[in-house]
This record gives sequence, structure tokens and C-alpha cells, in this order.
Amino acid sequence: MAAYCKIAMKQPRAKQKRPTRTGLKIKAYLQFHAQALFSSLGRLIRSPGTFSMTVAVLALAISLAGGFYLLLANIQQLTGNLEASNQISIFLKHEVSEVNGQQLVNELKTKPDISNVLFISKRQAMGEFKQYSGFSNAFDALVDNPLPNVIQVLPKDALTDDILFNKLVSKLEQIPEVDFVQADMAWLKRLQAMMQLANRSIVILNSLLALAILFITGNTIRLELQNRKEEVLIAKLVGATNRFIQRPFLYSGFWYGFIAGIIAWVLITVIVLLLQHPLEQLSELYDERFNARYLNFEETILLLITSASLGILGAWAVLNRQIHQLKPD
Amino acid sequence: MLVFDRVYKRYPDAEDALLDVSFRLHKGEMIFLTGHSGAGKSTLLKLIAVMEKCTRGQIILDGQNVNRITDKQIPFVRRKLGLIFQDYKLLQDRTVFDNVALPLVVAGNSYHEIVRRVRAVLDKVGLSGKEKKYPITLSGGEQQRVGIARAVVNKPKMILADEPTGNLDPELSTEIMNLFTQFQQVGVTILIASHDRGLIEKMHNRVLHLDHGRLLQDCNETT
Repeated sequence: MAAYCKIAMKQPRAKQKRPTRTGLKIKAYLQFHAQALFSSLGRLIRSPGTFSMTVAVLALAISLAGGFYLLLANIQQLTGNLEASNQISIFLKHEVSEVNGQQLVNELKTKPDISNVLFISKRQAMGEFKQYSGFSNAFDALVDNPLPNVIQVLPKDALTDDILFNKLVSKLEQIPEVDFVQADMAWLKRLQAMMQLANRSIVILNSLLALAILFITGNTIRLELQNRKEEVLIAKLVGATNRFIQRPFLYSGFWYGFIAGIIAWVLITVIVLLLQHPLEQLSELYDERFNARYLNFEETILLLITSASLGILGAWAVLNRQIHQLKPD
Repeated sequence: MLVFDRVYKRYPDAEDALLDVSFRLHKGEMIFLTGHSGAGKSTLLKLIAVMEKCTRGQIILDGQNVNRITDKQIPFVRRKLGLIFQDYKLLQDRTVFDNVALPLVVAGNSYHEIVRRVRAVLDKVGLSGKEKKYPITLSGGEQQRVGIARAVVNKPKMILADEPTGNLDPELSTEIMNLFTQFQQVGVTILIASHDRGLIEKMHNRVLHLDHGRLLQDCNETT
């Protein structure tokens, strides 16, 4: 309520064009809002003990939630890369020539359940093998190339639809030129199931943390209301509406959530910064397929909006009941 | 302006606070409400300010039945009233200016308007130049004048004062009463609860006398 009473003494401004009555009302309304917003911040800062403790607890809860989210996002980045290598390898019979293999590739390309086809000829495979294995001299001694022609197929929706996937595999196996088909997706499916589990767990965990944030702000606002009971009662006696009385407290809730959100963002960023080096080491082992991921701009905005809204909501839930109950006597 | 029609008020697990109280108050009238402590003076004022609702009967304030209004309408009824208390009920951590400005802020007036009206009313109650002071630094009489300024700043139709001079010496009390008379002269209806017999007799106004919740006499009634 300091919000509504605290009006600094200023010299009235010089005469200006007389605005309409509605205009004046709107101006007064905006003036009041701006004033309430900043005076509620001022009031919070004037009691630094309660304020910093509450903000610290909120910031920890928010950074936990944000940290979990970011951890999951980082892991998903990794598994996302693995999913891209979700391929079926078709080993062609030895007697099938490169030309026939190429024909088969063109044929497979027209199938609707296949999204991408890659042909690796014997010669290509041999070349790569020589380069990476380090046994190039030994291979030079071979008269015949023992490697088969291989076609790599990237199926459509292979991971989401089991039946379709198996159908595709057996269809490929029936092609006369095909020696055998290698498609072991089980481990990828397991990984995906684990990711889903992790995803769900984090949603639940973060909901609990959000609930904690609601309770913490709610309780803080309740105490603030108790401390300023006298003001509230006097304001009621001079004709303040409940909504009017609520407003500065809602702004307090906003500030708690918003400032805690900013601190949580800093915390999360510092944590990722600390983890960046070991993460980089890890990613080198994965052919540098992922980088440490920070909260991006949209996520940062979302984090701040969510924490500020939770602050307002927590305050509102308490105020809605308590202000009605406060009656002057 | 104000009509009490066979009003009863009973608190849970207690005796009747008001029994069959009927009276009528005209616009611009100044009237005293007297009686021993516990006679129901405060209850009567609370009923008008909708701090309580009566058990039976009707209270019409400015053409509005205050017993039938919703919680949402209560603030707007209170804006028609100026309330003055024995203990002043000032906010000690706010300046005189902020205290007096409260009803105007609550009603959504612009800053410019607030400054203008607060200065005018402080001038009227003889407190100009004390805007920036805190209530605690003022004397009892001055604090009550801040209370009065706050009650009248929003130009209420009616002033309700509960023992406004209860904590003041006779000289200051007379000063406060003179202020009330001035407001009455500009058409404000005033109801003052007081047991200060000497003061009441000096004022020659209409007096309502309550005894154990009943209205005993209605002296000097004007029609």
C-alpha cells in the first residue's frame, strides 16, 4: 500500500492543455500502476533480509528447473545425432556388380517408405577401409576385393512405427540381389524410451518445483500482508476496492519471480560455463557432434516470463482469500 | 440522507447491540449520538459504514439500501463517507500529505488533482506547511485534524466521527467541533458519536441517546 500512499511532493507542472475527464482517469490509472510497480520494488529493497532470502530460495528452485531442462536438451542433442544414423545397411551378394547395385539404388529411391538411399561400392569401401584401418599394405596384397557392395537406406518413420519398419526390412531381404540386411534398432529404441522417461520425469519434477515457487511466494506475500494489515484496513475504510489493495502485492510477487528468474539465469549460465570444458572433452570422443548448449534468447525470455508469472500467481492465490477476510473493526 | 428503519443488530453469542432503532437524518444536519459505553454507538456507526450488516431492519444511505449491497459495492458506499476515529487511525510511517491523499489515490484521481485538493484541505484544517511531517511528530489535536482532513478530502456526503475528541482537552475539542460546524455549513451531513456531555450541551445540536441498544430520546429534532 505504500504504493498508493507514497506520493512524492513535487511542484505541480506548468499549465498545459486541459485533457478530457476520461483522459485524466486513464492517466491517473497509468500513473498509479507505474508508481505501484516501482514503489513495491522500493519497499522490497527496504527490507533486504526477507527479500534476499526469498529471492535466493526462489532462484535456486528456478535454476534447478532450468538446469534439468538444459541437461535434457543437451542429451537430446546427442541422441538426435544418433537418430540421424538410424540406417538399414543392405549387403549385396558378392556376384552383384556395381552397375546392378546402382540400378537397385535407383529402384529403392522411388519407394515411398524410404527417405534416403546411399550406395557404397566395393571400391569406395575398400578405399575408406584402407585409409582408416592403417592396414593399407596388407590390403594391397589382396588380389580380390573381399568387401561387398553396400546400400545404406534411411527409412521414413522407422522409429515410430515398428510394424512398418519390420515390413520394410523383410521386403528388402526378399530382393534377390540382397545377401543380408542389417538393422539393429533395438538399442536406439531403448535409448529413445529412456529419453522419454527422462523427459517425463523432468516435466513432473519441474511441475513440483513450480508448485514450490507458488507456495514460497504465496507465503512471503501472506507475511507481507500481515505486516501491513493496518494499512490495508485503513485503505478499506477510505473506500479502497480489493483489487486496488491487491495490486501492490501482486507487483511484489512479480518482482520476486522476475528477480529470482534473472538470478536463476545467471546461475544456469555459470553452471554450463563450468561444465563446458568436460563437455568439450566428451564431445571430442563423439567426433565433436555436439557443443555445450546454453539457454537461447527465446528460452531466456520464457524463463523470465514463467518465473514472473509464478510469482504473480502465488501472490494472487493468497491475496484472493486473505484480503476478503481482512475486515475493519 | 440517512434512514434507520427498525434496525436490530445482534452479534453471535452476545446480547442485542441495537434494538429497534429508527431515526432519520437530513442532508446538512449535524447530530450527536450519545450513550454509555457499550450502548451501541460504535455498532450504529459500523452499520452505516458497512463494517457490519444489521440483523433486521433497513438502513438507507443516500437512497441506497446498504444492507442489500454486495461486497464489491462496499468501497463505493464508503467513498460517500468520511470516517473519523478516536485513535485517528493514521499511518505512522507516512507523511501527513500521504495520509490525507489516501482516499483520493484510492478513488483514482490524478496526481495533479491530488496535490491540489490535499493542499486545499490541509489549509482548511490549519495544517498547511506540515505536509511533509510524520504524524508522530504532531500533537494530538493536530493528528486529529489530519484525520479530519483525510475524512473530508474526497468531499464526502456524510461524516461519521467516533469519539473524535475523546483524546483531546476541552479547548482542542471546541476547535475540532468548530471545524465540523464549518463543514456542516457547506452541506455535509455529520454524525458524531460522543459521551462528552459538556461539549454536546454547548453545541445545541440534535442528540440521539442510546441505552443498551435502544434509542431513548431524540432531542431537538428538526423536521
